[in-house]
Amino acid sequence: MNDLLEVDGIQTVFRTERGEVTSVDGVSFRLKAGETLGIVGESGCGKSVTSLSIMRLLGKNGSIRRGEIRLNGRSITGLAESAMRQIRGSEVSMIFQDPMTSLNPVFTIGSQLIESISLHLKLKNKEARLHAIDMLRKVGISRPEEIMDEYPHKLSGGMRQRVMIAIALSCKPKLLIADEPTTALDVTIQAQILDLMKKLREETGTAIMLITHDLGVVAEMADRVIVMYAGQIVEEADVFTLFDKPLHPYTTGLMGSIPHLDADEEETLASIPGTVPPLQQMPSGCRFHTRCPLAGEKCMSESPPLLELAEGHYVRCWAAQGHMELSPTESSSMELSLPQTKGAMT
Amino acid sequence: MIEFDARAYDRPESQTASPLVKLDGLKTYYPIRKGLLGRVRGHVKAVDDVSLDIREGETLGLVGESGCGKSTIGRTILRLEESTGGQIVYKGENITRYSTSKMRPLRTEMQMIFQDPFSSLNPWMRVKDILKEPMLAHGKATASTADAEVDRLLDAVGIPRSYKDRYVHEFSGGQRQRIGIARALSLNPKFIVCDEPVSALDVSIQAQVLNLLKALQKELGLTYLFIAHGLGAVKYISTRIAVMYLGKVVEIGTKEQIFRNPKHPYTQILLNAYPVPNPHLRGREKMVVQGDVPSPTAPPSGCRFHTRCPFAQERCRQEEPPLTADSLGDGHAAACHFTL
Amino acid sequence: MLTYIARRLLIFIPVLLGITVINFIIVNMAPGNPVDMYIDPNMSPDIIEAKKEALGLNDPILIQYLKWLGTLLTGDLGYSMSSYAPVAQLVGERIMPTVTLGLAALVLALLIAIPLGILSALKQNTKIDYLVTGLSFIGTSIPNFFLGLALIYIFAVNLGVLPTGGMQKLGGDGGMWDRIAHMILPAIVLATAIAGRKVRYVRASMLDVLKQDYLRTARSKGVHEFWVTNKHALRNALLPVITVVGLEIPLLLGGAIITEQIFQWPGIGQLTLQSMMSRDYPTIMALNLIAAIAVLGANLLTDILYSAADPRIKVS
Repeated sequence: MNDLLEVDGIQTVFRTERGEVTSVDGVSFRLKAGETLGIVGESGCGKSVTSLSIMRLLGKNGSIRRGEIRLNGRSITGLAESAMRQIRGSEVSMIFQDPMTSLNPVFTIGSQLIESISLHLKLKNKEARLHAIDMLRKVGISRPEEIMDEYPHKLSGGMRQRVMIAIALSCKPKLLIADEPTTALDVTIQAQILDLMKKLREETGTAIMLITHDLGVVAEMADRVIVMYAGQIVEEADVFTLFDKPLHPYTTGLMGSIPHLDADEEETLASIPGTVPPLQQMPSGCRFHTRCPLAGEKCMSESPPLLELAEGHYVRCWAAQGHMELSPTESSSMELSLPQTKGAMT
Repeated sequence: MIEFDARAYDRPESQTASPLVKLDGLKTYYPIRKGLLGRVRGHVKAVDDVSLDIREGETLGLVGESGCGKSTIGRTILRLEESTGGQIVYKGENITRYSTSKMRPLRTEMQMIFQDPFSSLNPWMRVKDILKEPMLAHGKATASTADAEVDRLLDAVGIPRSYKDRYVHEFSGGQRQRIGIARALSLNPKFIVCDEPVSALDVSIQAQVLNLLKALQKELGLTYLFIAHGLGAVKYISTRIAVMYLGKVVEIGTKEQIFRNPKHPYTQILLNAYPVPNPHLRGREKMVVQGDVPSPTAPPSGCRFHTRCPFAQERCRQEEPPLTADSLGDGHAAACHFTL
Repeated sequence: MLTYIARRLLIFIPVLLGITVINFIIVNMAPGNPVDMYIDPNMSPDIIEAKKEALGLNDPILIQYLKWLGTLLTGDLGYSMSSYAPVAQLVGERIMPTVTLGLAALVLALLIAIPLGILSALKQNTKIDYLVTGLSFIGTSIPNFFLGLALIYIFAVNLGVLPTGGMQKLGGDGGMWDRIAHMILPAIVLATAIAGRKVRYVRASMLDVLKQDYLRTARSKGVHEFWVTNKHALRNALLPVITVVGLEIPLLLGGAIITEQIFQWPGIGQLTLQSMMSRDYPTIMALNLIAAIAVLGANLLTDILYSAADPRIKVS
């Protein structure tokens, strides 16, 4: 069976005043129908640009330089803009981080919902309206008829994100890209929205690409997880493997950085030193070596490949791939994870 | 003013045993004006009758969802917001109605770190000038000693000294927050209100800044009021935690009491709603609370949480549960008729 | 909404009163008086004095003002001191031509400014953008009288396709087309400066809106780029333009004074100039009052329109 979405070595570049920058560099992954893929990373790691590359909403200055994206086996990288418009909002749709700014303030909720419905489903006005009301009800909005005629500013952040979900799912997409869908929301509202997404995923069988910086949200929602750093995938695994046996030092660092609610008193959080390198000044060799506690000679000069170390578990790290002699001073977390890797490779 | 200065600094040691900051029935309302003549027709009760102690050397975490009034409390304590009622007592002195000139010497002792390191630092000033300005203004340094002070501050927050001639836009978000912390430290404060200091930062950077705040507290004996909606950060840094809902404190206790043994339904729901970074726990039963937080202009009658509380009963609709200090023992208190 | 309008109208009263006081003082401070301006120099001082007395010009200024205010409150604007016609009639005859010309200029200016502003924003930092920006600078900075004279020279004198001035053919009703032909040149002159300012405003507003998240939402729904710009973005970009269009109305009145003079347009601009030259106090006061009401009214109208156009704003 074909995968729903195949992303093959895409490289996305942006023209800027200070020359061209590469935001996404050689990213490949697959997404099966109905699957939820989490993409995790910090700001500037290329997770949002990856999703905008799939939608081809890169603006005037962005373009996909290399690689191919296939949807249901059909390459969409070379499609004309008009054909892409047919896909956006119907086969692939998207919800964004900030529900406060994602809806147009001068149009009613109804008109913004009906716009995409009549665009893709070719329904008559009356039917489109009924479908829109139905969608609002599905996302848990009470009094949907009245909300249809309201303007966005009358709704709370949680309600607006529900409306965004209703718009996104109104044309029965096969893939929903959710870019930080709950980051701007309060904890209790976040729980409501995640619940809703789970419920709708079961009902509709829509595949979800969930982009977030929050490992908690990923642990809650995703089947598989990709960790991105500086425009590249550094680790990919199913969600349980990733949290149980993370292999890339960046992934371990991220997990160490979050204070756990149920853990006991931590004296100091295991933070990752330094900051994400700017796109214009990518370090040579492994892009993480400037912040990596395990970095050695090889890491500074040679860029590690993304290798499958266990079934479905890909890692881009010389150390994890067993190419480095570990000196006794190096951190114990690596010593713990290495034997598992070796075992998995045989 | 000089006379006052002396009194403020030569306070006898015995006074410090009492809380550094004490809020007594603090209220901060914002009027809503309406109608032909713009009469006040109602109030947004951002902070409504809050009593709290912040003890010297501790970190009091203040958590709650947006609009619960947690930031307003911080701003009201620093007198950036005028209170409507109640008292703010700092080191035993009632500063609630202090004039600007009387507040001025206290301003050096009470500082604030803001959420957004991008907009809280002047983009036209070099880092060293951002740090020097308050020191010179308050006479904490002279033109000749200021440079050495700047180096000392940059060392303290982990910014290389060589960066002091740069402008704010040349720094990353985490570094800017470090500069914001250095600015707050420049006047040798005793008390710092940290208003969502890590919410705008990346996960790995959050940990750096939290570690820094914790280390500085130990080193300089600082007292923090740490305002945040991220429970993880609050738990990591706080000694005690107060949970707020719609302008009121609903539960207060030590970190262990709040996280291990929450008694107020809202605290439980808040903890429960927080996504845990452990996929093995994803199937666990959850208490998802329905609906949005009601408007603080017209808070619900009785217990303010009753409209969303899964355990609400008739009494909750009518009678407001008080927050009685120490009602659960060991400094733990919850404002609920039916504590869990 | 109605209470809001009522409150604003109530505030008008003291404001207008203040404006009339200040105007009255300024007008009286100008050297000369109506009698000096039109009296034959050979007339005997006694007759001049008698005239002044008759017109009440010898009263203290406070009394003069209160008298004027008294008649105003009965709904009477008084009589012109130069032509002795009722001021209400004088102004009444002149007001429609000015309003017509002003509206025509405003509409023309917006028809030029909005599309050019959008184009300029969409093509930011390209040659088209620079060209539009350059044109807007020229439009803003070219003086009314110069542009007026230049246009008359080209289109009326050299090409002979348009009339040099007036509101219609001498002595006759040439129909609507004749009136439009007479309006073209003065309207262009008035519109040029407004369009110049508005282009830059629309451009800035559009650039701001083009960055907004909701446009990305619209694109992600599969909306055609044309509609993303002309429906989703434009509606938002025009909201702040409403405010500044309202602010143009007082400027239009000021611009009318010169333009009407150049084109012999029989509007209140021309009347203003004439009454100032003859120190015709009652007419000047009436015109000032009208200008003040126009400005206040335009502000109120702007606020009402704004709240009607932007669902987020509710006046209260």
